Amino acid sequence: MDVAIIGIGIHPFGRFDGMSGLDLGEVAARRALSDAGLAWSDMEFAFGGSIDGGYADSLVSRLGLTGIPFTNVSNGCATGGSALAMAVNRIQANESDLGLVVGFDKHPRGAFAADPASLGLPQWYGETGMMLTTQFFAMKIQRYMHTYGISESSLTKVAAKAFRNGAMNPNSWRQKPVSEEEIAGSRLLNHPLTQYMLCSPNEGAAAVVLCRADQAARYTQRPVIVNGVALRTRLFGSFEVMAPSLPLEQAASPTAQAATACFEAAGIGPEDVDVAQLQDGEVGAEIMHMAENGLCADGDQEAMIQAGETEITGRLPINTDGGLIANGEPIGASALRQVHELVLQLRGDAGARQVPGEPRVGYAQVYGAPGTGCCTVLSR
Amino acid sequence: MLTAAYKSATLSPTAGPNVVRSSLKQTPIAEHLFTWPTDQPQLIGSRCSDCGVVTFPSQGSCPKCTSQSVTEALLPRRGTLWTFTTQEFLPKTPPYAGTESAEDFTPYGVGYVELPDHVMVESRLTESDPHRLRIGMPMELVIEPFRSDAAGDEVMSFAFRPVEAR
Repeated sequence: MDVAIIGIGIHPFGRFDGMSGLDLGEVAARRALSDAGLAWSDMEFAFGGSIDGGYADSLVSRLGLTGIPFTNVSNGCATGGSALAMAVNRIQANESDLGLVVGFDKHPRGAFAADPASLGLPQWYGETGMMLTTQFFAMKIQRYMHTYGISESSLTKVAAKAFRNGAMNPNSWRQKPVSEEEIAGSRLLNHPLTQYMLCSPNEGAAAVVLCRADQAARYTQRPVIVNGVALRTRLFGSFEVMAPSLPLEQAASPTAQAATACFEAAGIGPEDVDVAQLQDGEVGAEIMHMAENGLCADGDQEAMIQAGETEITGRLPINTDGGLIANGEPIGASALRQVHELVLQLRGDAGARQVPGEPRVGYAQVYGAPGTGCCTVLSR
Repeated sequence: MLTAAYKSATLSPTAGPNVVRSSLKQTPIAEHLFTWPTDQPQLIGSRCSDCGVVTFPSQGSCPKCTSQSVTEALLPRRGTLWTFTTQEFLPKTPPYAGTESAEDFTPYGVGYVELPDHVMVESRLTESDPHRLRIGMPMELVIEPFRSDAAGDEVMSFAFRPVEAR
């Protein structure tokens, strides 16, 4: 059974002093309900996720104590994608017809700091300053640039695109374009990545309302179908964040595995994708995730980026809303922001950043510690 | 806060003994992480008795074949740099336990060193200039002071040092 998205809502991403994570989540949930023309009392279930913003299910005290099953989901940067996957599964399993997924977060300023023990890592690993996600991404792209001939210029161009697209997105945190010179010349944080090439944790919320696709016409003339959603974790040999050691043999990343499974379930191939939102925790991740998701071959990114093919007007527009780099990363909300943007694009409602040519297939991917990939294929 | 003093006491990024000694009492940052005390230190990993896969640090099960039959494995002291970065900002405490302030923090290198026929190990590097690091360069293990503890003793940790400039 197909599942359809019939409502979307977002609270802008950024910094909102005086608002709690739950406040943000409530706004996004109410906007998604309103977009679907439905009330909270119509919802048969909900899934929600937040890492630092409070328990999602406590939103019921504001939205209404209707007694429905509301499950909290916590899966690192893949939290929103995982919540969406569980909602789709629930409808496909015929347990419910209609429900809501909400994700929100409110992180302290600065880079994420994790507790080694909570990730099953030894204390010394954190104590000696090696347990930083940004180091991993820098080392992964460093190796990738060496192996596949990706230039520093391409890193800069990906960041410039993110800020340019973000400036056309009223919900984005960063509202100004940043020049390639300014990006390349900004403070070095983890070689080869400079300050403007990395996203920052922040605050925001997003939500979607889903139903059985065969009932979608009751609520909207413009449903978006969830053709596939898949979640995978590490295989032995994949190069993952926060790994004190790596095996000599190499294996497909969780993203690559999830992408394969997702496209297979959807019966839609990567060549059919008209617009994609990829996890760009930093610019290198966007570049590597292009290949891991099957959207191009390893090494093709250099020519594609230099030719502008991933711009909104290009052959394969990527991160049309500015991605994580312009929006920041409130973990619980991040994957649902991607879905929100894809639904806008597929409906033709993306305004100044609308992808031309009436895109039909959208693709979203998130990746998080300690090695989780979650992918979604949508179509209209 | 002795970290600043360590910077001058620590030897050149590319030469010197395998263990940076001092007159202070020196204690490893963790038990069973590297052989100690010795002038030829080695990292301690584990090897699966069933499939031969080596893991670092040592753990009680094999991440590849899931066997729980593992034995201790001393890792080679030398390898090659597989990838690297530099840490240019002060990491958050906790979990970071370095005693620098944002003002006296100096960048450090981090990389994965491929230890032939064993495993790739993530490590701090003695060299922090990215232009003096390159993928494939030979590296060797050193044990050096990381910080001082509450009692004033030196807490020792591991790092890898480029070999070629010696």
